[in-house]
Amino acid sequence: MDVLFVPRLTVELAGYLIAVLPDLAPIILSLATPLALGALCGVLNERSGVVNIGIEGIMLTAAFTGYLTGFSLHATLGPAPAIAAGVIVAIVTGGLLGLLHAWLCVTVRADQIIAGTILNVGAIGLTAYFNRLIITPSGLGGAGVIAPLVFGLGPIALATVVLVAALQFLLFRSRWGLRTRAVGEHPKAADTVGIDVFRQRYQNVIAGCALAGLAGAYLTLESTGSFQNGMTGGRGFIALAAMIFGRWTPVGAFGGALLFGAFTALGVIVRVRPAGGELGDLLGAIPSFWYAALPYLVTVVILAGVVGRAIPPAADGIPYEKEARA
Amino acid sequence: MIAAVRARLASWWRVATLPVLAIVLALAIAAVIIVASSAFTGTGFFPLLPIYAYGNLFAGAFGSDIALNNTLVAAAPLMLGGLAIGLGFKAGLFNIGVAGQFLAGAFAAAVVGSSLATAPVPVAVAVSLVAGGLAGAALGAIPGFLKARTGAHEVVTTIMLNNATALLLAWAVTDLARAPGFTFPRTGDIGTSALPVLLGRNLHLGVPLAFAAVFLIRWLLDRTTLGFEIRAVGANPNAARYAGISPLRIVTLTMSLSGLLGGLAGAVQMLGVIGFYASGISASVGFDSIAVALLGRSDPIGILFAALLFGAFRAGAPLMQITTQVPIEIIDIIQALIILFLAAELIVRRVFRVRARPLEIEGATTVTRTWAEGSVRT
Amino acid sequence: MSEGERAVPGAARSSLPPPALEMRGITKRFPGTLANDHIDLEVRPGEIHALLGENGAGKTTLMNILYGLISPDEGEIRIDGEPVAIRDPADAIARGIGMVHQHFMLVPVLTVAENVVLGAEIMHGPVLLDQAGAAKRIRSLAEQLGFTIDPNARVEQLSVGQQQRIEILKALYRRARILVLDEPTAVLTPQETEEIFAVLRRLRDEGASIVFISHKLDEVLRIADRITVIRRGRVVGERVPAATTEQELADLMVGRSVSLRVDRGVAHPGEVVLEVRGLHVRDDRRHEVVRGVDLDVRHGEIVGVAGVAGNGQEELVEAIVGLRRPSAGRIMLRGRDRTTASPREVRAAGVGYVPADRQRYGLVLSFTVGDNCVLTEYRKAPYARGVVRDERAIRRRAEELIAEYDVRTPGPGVRASTLSGGNQQKLVVAREFGDDELLILDQPTRGIDVGSTEFIHKQAIAQRDAGTAVLLVSADLDEVLELSDRVVVIHRGRVVGEFDAASAERERIGLLMARGVAA
Repeated sequence: MDVLFVPRLTVELAGYLIAVLPDLAPIILSLATPLALGALCGVLNERSGVVNIGIEGIMLTAAFTGYLTGFSLHATLGPAPAIAAGVIVAIVTGGLLGLLHAWLCVTVRADQIIAGTILNVGAIGLTAYFNRLIITPSGLGGAGVIAPLVFGLGPIALATVVLVAALQFLLFRSRWGLRTRAVGEHPKAADTVGIDVFRQRYQNVIAGCALAGLAGAYLTLESTGSFQNGMTGGRGFIALAAMIFGRWTPVGAFGGALLFGAFTALGVIVRVRPAGGELGDLLGAIPSFWYAALPYLVTVVILAGVVGRAIPPAADGIPYEKEARA
Repeated sequence: MIAAVRARLASWWRVATLPVLAIVLALAIAAVIIVASSAFTGTGFFPLLPIYAYGNLFAGAFGSDIALNNTLVAAAPLMLGGLAIGLGFKAGLFNIGVAGQFLAGAFAAAVVGSSLATAPVPVAVAVSLVAGGLAGAALGAIPGFLKARTGAHEVVTTIMLNNATALLLAWAVTDLARAPGFTFPRTGDIGTSALPVLLGRNLHLGVPLAFAAVFLIRWLLDRTTLGFEIRAVGANPNAARYAGISPLRIVTLTMSLSGLLGGLAGAVQMLGVIGFYASGISASVGFDSIAVALLGRSDPIGILFAALLFGAFRAGAPLMQITTQVPIEIIDIIQALIILFLAAELIVRRVFRVRARPLEIEGATTVTRTWAEGSVRT
Repeated sequence: MSEGERAVPGAARSSLPPPALEMRGITKRFPGTLANDHIDLEVRPGEIHALLGENGAGKTTLMNILYGLISPDEGEIRIDGEPVAIRDPADAIARGIGMVHQHFMLVPVLTVAENVVLGAEIMHGPVLLDQAGAAKRIRSLAEQLGFTIDPNARVEQLSVGQQQRIEILKALYRRARILVLDEPTAVLTPQETEEIFAVLRRLRDEGASIVFISHKLDEVLRIADRITVIRRGRVVGERVPAATTEQELADLMVGRSVSLRVDRGVAHPGEVVLEVRGLHVRDDRRHEVVRGVDLDVRHGEIVGVAGVAGNGQEELVEAIVGLRRPSAGRIMLRGRDRTTASPREVRAAGVGYVPADRQRYGLVLSFTVGDNCVLTEYRKAPYARGVVRDERAIRRRAEELIAEYDVRTPGPGVRASTLSGGNQQKLVVAREFGDDELLILDQPTRGIDVGSTEFIHKQAIAQRDAGTAVLLVSADLDEVLELSDRVVVIHRGRVVGEFDAASAERERIGLLMARGVAA
């Protein structure tokens, strides 16, 4: 091994990545889509002052209900309408779970991390239960997959980009955005000028969780076309890391999602478009398990590096109580 | 004397009221789900299904000597896992990583156990258990240290490590520790490292070990200075710093101890029941432990009873599924419902018209507060 | 009511316009206390009416009822003679009531403009904000009141005095005619106080009604047209400044003869205990907030650090106590270098510390009173032998301290959260006072009833007389002047003035606190 081994390999790696970029870019964006939607859910929740670690559970449940809808309506309605119905059902599922989360966090004032845990544990149980009961006996079936539209990207992926830009703009330039930020930073101040803190939080949590539902729809209806128990695989938590990395802004969260998506994409592109020569041998020798583990390890490293310096909304996680004592 | 006993029982009842009622309510709602989903099974809509389901569940858990054994054996790792999470809560930490620590402990115990397969039993068992515990401790120390040093919240880092651990252990058993002569990747026979069976019943050493752990942790928390420090950091990290306690030290130490217990749970399950490591081993203990800890309110004795309950559920579920076709995942749903009713305990109080003491898990608020504050200020 | 015409006592009621604000028979019960007991309050148009009472007397509750944050159990409110029902702050605002709270209701990360318009935003279409329009409106409102403000500055960058003016702008933006100010001068320097008084007088002359809540007797006498005194939820007197004295008001406030001044006696300072040289400390955001401080405290003296909150005092104290590492400089305790010592080491060197935020730093509220009594010594004998704790020894110590420091509690076994604020503070004081070389008191009587305050002040002086070196940090200039043998003024992280008790002048110190220079 000569001294120039590492620099040489680095240059080769850079060259390889640039060469595969046209194929790599849509893969990154696709992999980033559920992460970005999950992160947007997190942003909407936490900017309003509610911690939501149940994004994973919402994604999983919505993935299942969306899939179930598409799967059962496939024969009667035809592929496209069935899938559309599935997407709508997934979004509604997300919204309903958001309602539950909002109720637990805002009205009941339960511990918010435990509330999120309920969503996660419940999702695993419910989806596996009904999966075994309904889908498995009737045979596996694709619900069909939405065909990619532009640059190899489906409608949900494209919609995500639009959503990111829209939310970024609205959060800092609209009345809704101002009130949301106020409620998340200093709910008492907002209350004293007549803003309904509870209503603002309910609305944002439900809307955010609807986005997480959309992420679930993406997984089963745009990405794979089938459902497996636990298929979200930690994406909901990576989304939280992306949100923190992005300093609770939609654009920043999207950046974080792309970053994590890129690391996941690495494992894919190395199989699909192998590199040549020394680099190719090196990359090929790394077991697939390590590529699969890479995004999780990267998340830990980035979180450790970033968190201490990122400041969340001041009232994040603190339930708001109305009656003031003397 | 009688009055004292009565008072003691009354105070126990006050503490246990809400958890017990939460369980009852959860079973009721689950029954509704069972009835509703019976429409999908071959037998069709069947309103009395829950009675048969629960009946078989109970039979599978308590209906015979074998059933009782199964319950206790299933409860042992849950007790250890529940203690792991409960201990974490006391320090204001949410160790969801028990699933990964469980696997790591199981793997370490399997590998060390198979290499000591012909050693004398006491040595083989002890060393394998210790190996499992240490593996779990190492895996717990990482998120603990990161939380203490950088503020990276353990809720995210432990789940990331869970996933990474499962994958890397799968790799390890395929490429590194694969035992020859089997059709699928797995570790070798553990021979004498298997936990000895007690008194002719099918109860392995892990069961009394788990019970002992309960009392050890209880003593640690209530009677020692370390326990005081852990509880202080969980209740008020700022005041703890002011009192001269180092949150960095306590957070790292507690997560390591928590990981140790999680690893031990895996080792016990491995050496007592499974016998070899292969990818795909169920880490349901990891998530069951959360419900156990919450139901037991982070208190070791509470965790003991909660673990017995969930051990009963897990032990009885297969019989229920076989005889009534109700999927075993109903247990996961019941779990989620129990946590729901514990968190929203005002539902329970309204439904049952009870004025019990409100639920409180010491340290749970600190878990959420450190999420928002970003660090425990070293 | 024409300009310049003010209500004359004794004139026939029927010829006068109705009072701007009337609160009649207001009663409010909380679990365990009767916060407001049939309170009557009448404020005329074009009047500054002071509501005087000590902490916990019920003033804030009364105003929270007026502002719709709480609902009264009994009583009625009339505005301009008409009975009204105020269900929430939106109602109050609609009726022309504006409130400036004791703890500012400003969102630190938002700009001035965003804070002022929040809830009544100036819009550009149905969704977007008209940020330019808002800025314009705010600038003109400020001009009317005689000051300038940058609408796009973030509130967290502004001084406390400026923030307060923004709170008043908020009220005026919503066309408030009745303005309530809750302890407005608690965090202001003497100069900022004058500035705010000027604004209030201007508003009054334009016909607004102002309710001025305070416990500061001299200020109330200066600014108010009429004074209502509240004690334990009841009105105990109504006075006109010209016809009353500080002593009379103090006695009304507390219900007995109060000695307004604690007899401090003479100090006999000995050896230097605490020596701080060239200390530099950074805050959580890495800004340098202590910029080269030198400080000495001797045995048997009380040194008071006066300064507006946020000028580095907190970080200075944290550095001395070991909770924060200085970036440069030295801290010596009894000649030994303790610059980088941990809190444990500092305590072992004989330092007691009563922190400013007792609930955050001083106590673990969910622990028992007993555990809190040994919070700083739980590892040492006799409270623990090795690893195992000795419950009985802990209990005994707690009972000792409870008796000696008059902490009102059923016993050592109850949770600290059940104690009142004053008793919680006494508990912390009980634990920390003792055989210390150095005692650090940080805002020791903030938010505490007069009885406990008196007690703690007396104890502090007793400690000094027993030879302890005492460092007092307080934003309450009166407290500093009353207790200190020497006063040190801190401004923007530097010591800008040092006085001994005899030569300490309020005016001069106030200027130093506000501007860093005495002219």
